[in-house]
Amino acid sequence: MIVASKKPIEEVIDYIKDCNKVLIAGCNECVTVCEAGGKKEVGILASALRMYFMNKGKDVTIDEVTLERQCDREYLEEIKHMAPNYDAIVSLACGVGVQFMAEMYKDKPIFPGVNTSFMGANLERGMWGERCAGCGQCILAKTGAVCPVARCAKRLFNGPCGGSTKGKCEINPNVDCAWQLIIDRLKALGRLDDYDELMPVKDWSKDRAGGPRTVVREDLRI
Amino acid sequence: MSIQTELKTPSKLEKILKSGQLAVTSECGPPRGSDAEVIKKKAQMIKDYVDAINITDNQTSVTRLCSLASCIHLKLMGLEPILQMVVRDRNRIALQSDILGAASFDIYNILCLSGDHQSFGDNPTAQNVFDIDSMQLIQTVRLMRDEGKFLGGDNILRPPKMFVGAAANPFADPFEIRARRLAKKVKAGAEFIQTQCIYNVPRFKEWMKQVGDLGLLDKVFILAGVTPMKSVGMAKYMKNKVPGMDVPDEIIKRLSGVPKEKQAEEGIKICIETIQELKEVEGVRGFHIMAIEWEEKVPEIVKGAGLYPRPQV
Repeated sequence: MIVASKKPIEEVIDYIKDCNKVLIAGCNECVTVCEAGGKKEVGILASALRMYFMNKGKDVTIDEVTLERQCDREYLEEIKHMAPNYDAIVSLACGVGVQFMAEMYKDKPIFPGVNTSFMGANLERGMWGERCAGCGQCILAKTGAVCPVARCAKRLFNGPCGGSTKGKCEINPNVDCAWQLIIDRLKALGRLDDYDELMPVKDWSKDRAGGPRTVVREDLRI
Repeated sequence: MSIQTELKTPSKLEKILKSGQLAVTSECGPPRGSDAEVIKKKAQMIKDYVDAINITDNQTSVTRLCSLASCIHLKLMGLEPILQMVVRDRNRIALQSDILGAASFDIYNILCLSGDHQSFGDNPTAQNVFDIDSMQLIQTVRLMRDEGKFLGGDNILRPPKMFVGAAANPFADPFEIRARRLAKKVKAGAEFIQTQCIYNVPRFKEWMKQVGDLGLLDKVFILAGVTPMKSVGMAKYMKNKVPGMDVPDEIIKRLSGVPKEKQAEEGIKICIETIQELKEVEGVRGFHIMAIEWEEKVPEIVKGAGLYPRPQV
């Protein structure tokens, strides 16, 4: 899933300080699972904002809605009758949702309520870890299903670097060394010889470096 | 020793190593400013005691005068620079371009490195590049030199002539992979290796044994890295704070055992003794003396270790 975290409320207040009617829009997908922008967080943010403006003596209406998905036009359309009533919408979806909302409601200021971080998974209660960097050309088959692009601080293809210490990365003792994980995995699979193969220079044109990406599936197009 | 003797470049370091003599290299860190005199002065201090001088490339990710310009200053002094190049800050276009820039000044040695992560330096909020990794940089230089080609496949007019080096850290984890990783660097095209500072000699020997078992000793010239300790404080710092550094307690005990004003002298002594011991290790073909901001001690270490005078080639 896409992992995000809540923006500091001061930032959100700054975005909407000149508005009188604001809609806070949550998303039922990834940001709900990572507890950054689902229905619960919409409620918490809306209450906090109401309290803030009340204390300031400012009459601001803060309404709440949570859509099934904000990365889908069908669901975004559900608020088309409400949207004109607001000066701005704060979207608690990931960066995709914020932009898709803005594309649909072209004359409406749409502000982000979360910082979108990465594609990852829930490691334990209250902790998420990055697993995929969306480089567009998956090499997991060669690295024991541990991604050095997403998980090595230097995204080395032929690691580990000299900073790997006791299984941890030189940048932070709480971060696993991806190459230690790769080697452990290859060993467990009896495939350590795979390590001896030099990984070729990466084609980054499939990555962000190649410019904004679009996937076109001719077989699915109408 | 069946290591090849045919010279691939005009590098003095290559000549000395392939003549079968022990090589000595050292390194100078460029200043945090544009005064070239700083680097020239450091080089002047050590020039008669080493065969080639590494110039670090924004080491520990702290912004400094660039390695390439510093190497040019050394070259203009008639010295033999080793251009350190990290892949942290430049993509393959910039790396290849700088290699050509160095080659245009007839810089004949390069050391291909990953580079410390930027979180350690003065710009921890910087983007990092890591377009290619250090092994792929080795391959790139070899491709440019041997095939006269850019990574993109086009021909290079007047290809670079560089003796290609890489670093190896026998002390980082996982230890079991360290010799194999060296094998990969050799496979990629590394011709000489400068190791991380050696304090734990038994562990280094164990690594060298593995390197020998992989049949690498006649395929690559290994220069053993040493750094003299200035004080017990430095030893403790290196033990506890520098990732991938192995400083045994005996070193700390020995430095603690002498008065503060004598610790630097003791550090030099340890360094010389280490070189003497490493000379006996099969496959050690020279020494890389990293006297960090202590270049003036290099002559004393080289002389003390019986590595002076340097050969004329």
